[in-house]
This record gives sequence, structure tokens and C-alpha cells, in this order.
Amino acid sequence: MATIVMDDLHKVYAGGVKAVTGISLDIADGEMIVLVGPSGCGKSTLLRMVAGLETISDGTLKIGDRMVNNLEPAERDIAMVFQNYALYPHMTVFDNLAYGLRNRKFPKDEINRRVHEAAEMLEIAAYLDRKPRNLSGGQRQRVAMGRALVREPAAFLFDEPLSNLDAKLRVQMRVEIRQLQKRLKTTSLYVTHDQLEALTMADRLVVLNGGKIEQVGTPMDVFNKPASVFVAGFIGSPAMNMLDVAYLRDTGAAQGLSGLPQGTDLIGVRPDDLLLNAPEAPHLSLTGDVVLLEPAGSESHIYVSLAGSSQPVTMRVQGLPNVLEGARINLSVPLSALHPFASATGLRVG
Amino acid sequence: MVENDRWGSLFAHLVLILGVALVIFPVYVAVIASTHPPGTFVRGVMPLLPGPNALENYRTVIFEGRSRAGTPPIGGMLWNSFVMAMAITVGKLSISILSAFAIVYFRFPFRMFFFWVIFLTLMLPVEVRIVPTFQVVADLGMLNSFAGLSIPLIASATATFLFRQFFMTVPEELMEAARVDGAGPMKFFKDILMPLSITNIAALFVIMFIYGWNQYLWPLLITTDPEYYTIVMGIQRMVTGGDSEPLWHLVMATVVLAALPPILVILFMQRLFVKGLTETEK
Ligand SMILES: Nc1ncnc2c1ncn2[C@@H]1O[C@H](COP(=O)(O)OP(=O)(O)OP(=O)(O)O)[C@@H](O)[C@H]1O
Ligand SMILES: [Mg+2]
Repeated sequence: MATIVMDDLHKVYAGGVKAVTGISLDIADGEMIVLVGPSGCGKSTLLRMVAGLETISDGTLKIGDRMVNNLEPAERDIAMVFQNYALYPHMTVFDNLAYGLRNRKFPKDEINRRVHEAAEMLEIAAYLDRKPRNLSGGQRQRVAMGRALVREPAAFLFDEPLSNLDAKLRVQMRVEIRQLQKRLKTTSLYVTHDQLEALTMADRLVVLNGGKIEQVGTPMDVFNKPASVFVAGFIGSPAMNMLDVAYLRDTGAAQGLSGLPQGTDLIGVRPDDLLLNAPEAPHLSLTGDVVLLEPAGSESHIYVSLAGSSQPVTMRVQGLPNVLEGARINLSVPLSALHPFASATGLRVG
Repeated sequence: MVENDRWGSLFAHLVLILGVALVIFPVYVAVIASTHPPGTFVRGVMPLLPGPNALENYRTVIFEGRSRAGTPPIGGMLWNSFVMAMAITVGKLSISILSAFAIVYFRFPFRMFFFWVIFLTLMLPVEVRIVPTFQVVADLGMLNSFAGLSIPLIASATATFLFRQFFMTVPEELMEAARVDGAGPMKFFKDILMPLSITNIAALFVIMFIYGWNQYLWPLLITTDPEYYTIVMGIQRMVTGGDSEPLWHLVMATVVLAALPPILVILFMQRLFVKGLTETEK
């Protein structure tokens, strides 16, 4: 049970690489924060600074009421789940879970109680005598979770814990981790580069780019009101389409654009907001040629090259639509679904 | 695997059998020779079938030695060799595993410099530095002592280098997980790194033990007191010492006995490293 407060954290690696530049973030007690961003944006670095595995170049970090900048990982009352699990290969599952407690001189029966409780919770009680190499990837993942659970720490830190699992197991573990976290109400910091994982698991998600925070907010806030072109492109799949305002004016949609805030020269449109049939509500109308139709089960993606422009756009529709590749189609976008951006700053306008 | 091919496998077996025979034959001759009475060798022909004197010969070398030629009973020499080989093995292993640990897991000034210095000693086996080393050992008063026999041979980098290479393949997250679990550096070393290195330790133990056991030049140089003679020196003295023809039956009995301890070490350690090899994982 603890809050985590980051105040203007910086990390400069030995070679001069600035991996994290000026990150401030307040994490409430029991909150699940997901750090998401492209590869190399500094997610792991930030997490490892919180864990105490990387030194903090500048700024202050508090866990609970304590300033922990100079504390060893073991003294910070955190537990970490690593991407490749980092289980001790020569120890049984039981010993893997118990190791941290033994080092902290817990009494034997307390260790027993906690290990069995965690094993029960994670359904690995049957494997306590096995070595990690005799477990499947999913089971190893659970053991790694178990090692964090038994410690009953103030905060859990996860560094892409699901990225070594296959797609199906990933969804299952995602749900389990989230349920567990909600039940235990332990403050958690979770790193992923998977935007879907971020959206589904987070209380609040933090989008990082180039060592800086692009946006912090609830998943719905971030999805519905991306604060920058970067966030718009990163969160949501398929990615948001970006249309030039000048192009839209040329296609005769000018009257619909008059309501946009000053300075808008880029319009974002989610693939779901491009419609084949014109709605009742005020909307923009566009035409384009179907480049590719991609059925994906319950939904389909249509790649369209807009008329009079080389810009490809992606739309997502339910089921299999009645369109042919190469055919010209009409598209509509409700005015309420436009995301206005200024290309000079890359930020949302208004 | 190469596919199953009758002639191929026949040929492979032939080559292997030939190789084994080549290695085994001298050992066989030594064992046979150690069972014959003294007169057999005068004609200059090595017998190929066992003789009647096995017990007698072994009793002589173990309990009496050849006092006339200045060769003590071999029990003491075996013990000396064993102590020397063990000291060298344990010394080398503990120093090199610790220095490899330091070099891989700690950031300290001139880290790479020290690594290269250690690496350089690879080029300086004892034979190369024998004169200055002798001087140092003599000045320190370590002639005719176990310390003098073993310490100069302990300083070498082979094992450091091998342990370093192994430690670099151990995922760094293991160390980080241990840190989060509250294990300090030495605890990590003891609880995690050592158990993971057990295969390497066993294999190096065997290599080092045989290296120590087979030392010849160095013990010859620094021991003048028969109390510190090693078995390898003893064999040499038996062959050249004395005024008569070498007593081949006794020499061979000694040789056979001298070969036993390394074999026992291999048999014992083999269990460890075969286990390690079959259980290996990351
Ligand atoms: N030990 C290090 N020394 C120097 N630079 C480093 C070190 N570790 C990471 N970096 C650099 O810091 C930046 C951030 O790395 P980090 O590992 O935090 O990225 P990430 O967001 O976790 O990426 P990924 O999704 O690929 O794991 C990268 O540019 C990386 O090259
Ligand atoms: Mg990372």
C-alpha cells in the first residue's frame, strides 16, 4: 500500500544517452499505471529507476513517504516481474518463491503459509517441487508473478511480462493479472509496448515518447482525446488516419470545417469513424478508390486511396462489406468524430 | 545426426576402436609388467600376459620402497602429490572464480586493465618464469614445503577466463532479481552463481587436478628433502636412481598406482558434470 511520486526524474546513461528527461507523475495508492510507448522510448529505464536497478541522475522519487533515490532495490519494498521471468533455474518453484522471504529472515511457517497461499492463488500449487525448466511458458510466468506476490510489497513493477507468451495466453494472463491487482489493491507500474494491453489494463495510462510524457489519462480519455499526433497514432489499432485540412477544403468540404478551432491544419479520424453510409448527423463527404479489402473475422479493414490525393486511409467496418477492390466509394465522417491537430506543434488544438 | 548407414557406422566404430586400442595398449603393458618377477625384463622383451608376482611387487612399492636407491615407500609420495594437486586445484578454482565474479559483476576503475593483466598470465606458464619464481620462493623460505610446491602454480588465468566467459552467459536479470529479493553480492554469488557454475567447476577441477598431479619440473627443482618428493619425481628417481638396471616391475607398479588418484577424481567428478550437462538450461 503506497503512493509513488516521481518529481522531474532524469536519466542520463554513461554514454551520454538521455533515456528519461523530466518525468513527473503521481501514482495513487492501489492504482494500476501502464507505461506505454514505442521501443526505446525509456519505459524500461523509468521502471528500473523506480525499482532501484538504475541510478537516478536527477529528480526525486518517493515510495510511500520515503525518498528512495539512494536505497537498494531490496529496501524499497517493491517486487518486480521481469520480461524473461528471471527465475532461478537451479531452485524449485517453492524455493524461487521463498528466496526473497528467506533473505529477509521470515520465520519458516510464515514462509510456508505465504508461498502456499500465492501458489493457490496462481494455480501453481501442483508444481511447487518442479524446477523452472520443467514448466511451460505460462506456468513460468505465474511463478514469476508468485515471486512478486509472496513479498506483499508496497508496489508491483512489471516489465513487459507477457511479451514472451503466445497471443491467446497473453490475453488470459492479462485478465488474470488485472483481476489479481484489483483484488490485492497493490499499486502497480506496468510497462508494455502493446497499446491494447495498455488500454485494457490501466487505471491510467502514460504514453511515453523520446523519454518524455506525451499524455497521462484514463484509457478512455487518451483514446477519445489524444493530446498529440503521436498519441493519436500510437493508441488505437488500426492507427488513426491523418488528413490535411487543405486537402479537405479542396474537396469541397469547407463548410463542415468552419467549426474547427483556430490553427487546425491536420484532422485525425479513427478508422471506425469512416462510414460507408452517410449518417443523419452533420458530416464530411469524401470519395476514394478501394485499394485492398482485408477481412478479419467479425470486422473488415478497407484501405482506401482518397480521390485527388495520394493519402491512403484505413477504415474499419463490421462484417464483410459489399465493396470491390478497385471500385470507387463514398465515405462520410461525422463532424463530431474529427480530432483537430496543429502540425507545427504536433499537439491537439482546443 | 548423420543418417543411419551400415558401412559408415562400421567405419566409425573401427576408427574409435583403433583409437582406444592405441591409448589403452601402453596402460595394458604397464599393468602386465607390474605383475612379473624381476628377471623377466633382462631379456629386453615385454611380456603380454600377466605374471605371478603382482601381490609381491605391489607390497614392495607400497611398504618398502627402494631405500637403497633413495626412494621412500610410495605412500608418502602419493600423499604429497595429492596435497599438492589439491592445493593447486582448490587454490586456482577459488581465486579464479572470485576474480571472474569481480570482473563481470562489479564496476571498478581499471576493470578491463586488470582483466588483461590476468589474461596476460596465460602466456606465462611456470616453465617460462621458472628462474625468477624459484628465486622468489627460495627467498621466502618456501623450498621443501607444500606452500612452495603449490602457490607458484596457483597463479594462472585459464580458469578466470573460462569462468568469465560463463558468467557473461548468465542473464543479467538473474542478478537483478536477486537484488530485488534482497540478496547482496556475496549471497548472489553463493546462492545462485555457484550452483549454476557447478558443471564448469567440476570440469575445471578435473583438468586442474591432473595438471597439478602431473607437475614434474617444478617439484624437482624446489624439493631436496625426500619428505616432499612427489610421485612423478619418484618414478623418475626409480628409473634413473641406483646403480643397477631399473627394476621395471617395481617402476610399473608405481606407475599404475600413480595413475589411480586422477582416475578416481575423474570418476567422482564425472557424476557432477554429466548431471550438469544433461540438466543444463538458461
Ligand atoms: N545501459 C544502457 N546504456 C546506455 N544506453 C541505454 C542503456 N539502456 C538503455 N539505453 C538507451 O536508453 C533508451 C531507452 O531504453 P529503454 O530500455 O528504457 O527503452 P524501452 O522503452 O524499454 O524499449 P523496449 O520497448 O524496446 O524495451 C534507448 O535509447 C536505449 O538505447
Ligand atoms: Mg524495455
